[in-house]
Amino acid sequence: MANKIKIATTSLAGCFGCHMSFLDIDERIIQLAELVEFDRSPLTDIEHCGPCDVGLIEGGVCNSENVHTLREFRKQCKILVAVGACAINGGLPAMRNFIPLEECLAEAYLDGIGVENPQIPNDVELPLLLDKVRPIHEVVKIDYYLPGCPPSADVFWAFLTDLLAGREPKLDYGLVHYD
Amino acid sequence: MTKTITLDGKAIPFADGQTIMQAATAAGVYIPHLCHHPEFTPHGSCKLCTVNVNGRNCSACTFPAAEGQDVLNNTQELNADRQKITQMLFVEGNHFCPSCEKTGNCQLQAVAYHLNMLDDHFPLFYPHRQMDASHPDVLIDHNRCIFCTLCVRASQQHDGKNVFAISGRGINKHLIVNAESGLLKDTDLAVTDKATHICPTGAIISKRTAYQVPIGQRVYDHQDIDAVSLATEQAHGE
Repeated sequence: MANKIKIATTSLAGCFGCHMSFLDIDERIIQLAELVEFDRSPLTDIEHCGPCDVGLIEGGVCNSENVHTLREFRKQCKILVAVGACAINGGLPAMRNFIPLEECLAEAYLDGIGVENPQIPNDVELPLLLDKVRPIHEVVKIDYYLPGCPPSADVFWAFLTDLLAGREPKLDYGLVHYD
Repeated sequence: MTKTITLDGKAIPFADGQTIMQAATAAGVYIPHLCHHPEFTPHGSCKLCTVNVNGRNCSACTFPAAEGQDVLNNTQELNADRQKITQMLFVEGNHFCPSCEKTGNCQLQAVAYHLNMLDDHFPLFYPHRQMDASHPDVLIDHNRCIFCTLCVRASQQHDGKNVFAISGRGINKHLIVNAESGLLKDTDLAVTDKATHICPTGAIISKRTAYQVPIGQRVYDHQDIDAVSLATEQAHGE
């Protein structure tokens, strides 16, 4: 089919759990593949996002690379979707927001149990950590939100089938969960 | 003759001295609320029960019903306002539902579900708040407190104690306990007190009960708070 809807996905400060949940649509993915093709995504290994119709963002923003990726997606995607608790409110990674960054690094790389050759990683290739983990709507404009940790496969399905059918996406009571 | 008010275009009866909230509940109409509880003096602070009475916005839990009132409740505009209020409650505290024991049984979360709140809209505060795990049976997680004062009222009006109070103003507002040490263990709170079980969020919880009911089988997992709230609060009014 020509002119397939293009979807890009990424995981920022997330655990890929939302991507796993997306794949839980199981055999419906065959139906989906007839209507859409994937651009940049962990599912394709494409490194940079081309012009897309829909961008699905999992995870919040915890480092400089996350910010660049998120801005690339916003630039390339007509519709940008915050997927899951971390993208929406920072989620589990944002629980470090209550501990000074220096203490987090010291615990992980200097003082933690079982740490060998203690040193804080400081390679130019490594993205710099942000002082706090932030939800993505604080960085770019977001068009839709899919709550959940993770959103169930049915949430992805309801949202994408609505969108592909040209309907305004709507999540009924049973599909809205924050946990 | 029965006195009536008009609620969303329908005449509903009220008795003298009833608030709009009480009249609506008796008539089977849900008005979203968090700080209101039928057993205790209304506080009127959460503003979720904001209704429009003859063109002016009022808190249904404190406003007396009176003849001639034309009350709007379930309108797009009021529900949009309520959603914004709920979003403010979420960003002002630290409400991480996936790691909260109260998830699925939480009225803050349930009201947000009812209002189809999908995001927080505002920038998050991530305020630094403490936990008090000193009491052998009860835990306070200040991250989740929305200052509804239900624990304050339940302790005073039901338990005959005076364990809780709200201190400070504005962004510095916080829940305090009645002990010189500031610790819950040095108060006379008991796990059997009403105040222990009244919290609409996960701010006050009894220990060792967190996952007795699995996630997915909890009160609001499949049931909208409008039905749950009416069923429990109408039973109270009888």
